[in-house]
Amino acid sequence: MTVYIIKRMLMMIPTLLGVAVLIFLLLRVVPGDVVEARYMGQGSQFTSQDLMDIERKKLGLDQPLWKQFTTWMWGIARLDFGLSMWTGSPITEEIKLRFALSLQLAVMATVVATLLAIPLGILAAIKQDTWIDYAVRVFSIAGLAMPSFWLGILMILVMLIVFKWLPPMVFTPFWVNPWDNLAQLIWPALAVGYRYSAVATRMMRSAMLEVLREDYIRTARAKGLWLKLILSRHAMKNAMLPVITVVGLEFAFLLGGLVVTEQVFNLNGLGLLFVEAISHRDYTLTQALVLIVAAVFIFVNFATDIAYAWLDPRIRYR
Amino acid sequence: MAVTKEALDTLARPERARWLQAIADFTWQRPLGAVGAAIVIVMSVVALSAELLAPFDALLTDYEAMLAAPSVKHWLGTDAYGRDVLSRVIYGSRTALIVGLGASFIGATIGALIGVASAYFGGRVDMIVQRIMDVLISFPLIILALAVVAILGTGVFNVVLAIAIPMIPRCARVVRSSALSVREMPYVDAARAAGFTDARIVLRHMLPNVMAPYLIMLTAFLGQAILLEASLSFLGLGVQEPVAAWGLMLRGAAVDFAETAPWMAIFPGVAISLAVFGFNLFGDSLRDALDPRLRTTQ
Repeated sequence: MTVYIIKRMLMMIPTLLGVAVLIFLLLRVVPGDVVEARYMGQGSQFTSQDLMDIERKKLGLDQPLWKQFTTWMWGIARLDFGLSMWTGSPITEEIKLRFALSLQLAVMATVVATLLAIPLGILAAIKQDTWIDYAVRVFSIAGLAMPSFWLGILMILVMLIVFKWLPPMVFTPFWVNPWDNLAQLIWPALAVGYRYSAVATRMMRSAMLEVLREDYIRTARAKGLWLKLILSRHAMKNAMLPVITVVGLEFAFLLGGLVVTEQVFNLNGLGLLFVEAISHRDYTLTQALVLIVAAVFIFVNFATDIAYAWLDPRIRYR
Repeated sequence: MAVTKEALDTLARPERARWLQAIADFTWQRPLGAVGAAIVIVMSVVALSAELLAPFDALLTDYEAMLAAPSVKHWLGTDAYGRDVLSRVIYGSRTALIVGLGASFIGATIGALIGVASAYFGGRVDMIVQRIMDVLISFPLIILALAVVAILGTGVFNVVLAIAIPMIPRCARVVRSSALSVREMPYVDAARAAGFTDARIVLRHMLPNVMAPYLIMLTAFLGQAILLEASLSFLGLGVQEPVAAWGLMLRGAAVDFAETAPWMAIFPGVAISLAVFGFNLFGDSLRDALDPRLRTTQ
């Protein structure tokens, strides 16, 4: 098991390095950098070339590419992301609070998705090909079809028109005021969680159907065990594996991919920061964000693989 | 097996009737898929004949009737510029279909080519290609699409590319795994023995045999592509005004005036949901029909 974990861990490094190289080059292929982006608003033809060159020098943009890259990598090796090219403040500071928000939202949405997916998936599997099964499937396919940002708009609309109430629009950290914090975040969590429950529900259903046909379930039934006990003790445990993978991977995407939902609910999360960073051509900030999101994704991928191997010994010894 | 009367009847039946029979069978066996197909067909017809169906021009502004509620004249109301919402929803289906079909086709096709070639060459090439695909998959769909838009700029064609690129590695991975088994087929050996070029073997012998996973990925992408286009346009980074696009219709004034003119925020969203719903249902049953491993009934 230890060998397996170490082997799997080493495999993460080249992928992360690839992500770093790719985003580094992608950003620099695009015409226009942060200096141009800053002076564009004032009409760049009025800004002298010398001034822009001085600014570029300050940011280290006059260095050859390989040097810029090694400087960046050396910083990351010491867990230092450097300064934002746009604001000039340390990136760690810029990201901190937004990361807390995005992480909390991702956790809440995952909880919502899991709470919906597991019971619905099991229900659909036991009642296969009945109207209940069809209803669950339509419910989950509908979740996949509705854009979560539109669902968010509808929620705000209903709260506004029916309840004459709006969730707080300014983010308060959970430890400052848990009530305000939840009152704000529960809505996007519901909108996003419903959407992400869809894949997990279908996974749960098909995994459950497969497990229910296994011999040990028939044995358990034959010896007259309660259906409830069969489901919770025997079937569910074995059907959970693929569901864990799906939920885990979605969690990683939730962390950085909620750009649009954040916009609707006026949340200052990582997604919005990413859009800002890209439009400012803020190389350092964009690089840091992409690397963080990719690292989380790769790490979750790794963690689910380990969980898999831990839950299913057959994988370990392959 | 003896030749039954029914079999002879089937043979004798004219071509058209057999087609109808196939459609009827599909509808009977996969009612959800048939619903999806119906939605897709209706949407395509609407998109193709937008000029005939739309009561107004999508760009026609009427400052006398800004933010007008649904009425006999404007069935779904008007927007902040007095443009007819129904007409814009109808024309928007055209944008959604162009982007959806274009992006899925480009993404799935390039992905399939990479997947098949990667499996065919194997060894070091396969290893390197797969690592690159791993890197691309590590980006959330929308983040990669946003990065591509930042590089290429906005507009319909760039949006198609921005959506197609994140789909390439996902399709490449699935197609590669099927292509690995195709590579071991005797006819591929035969083609190689006959001295065919690599390109010919990949394109003429292997590609046609991974059609099932290719089609599955293509149809699975369709709904996602429409959603992604709506998201990008909603952020203002996709299709640009004044083109009629559903995501764009939900942007700006639709949110600002949500309380007084909710029809602006409701109907384009319904259109997006219905379209994606139809494509997903259709894609799902196509997958069930094409991939015997996933077949649940029968």
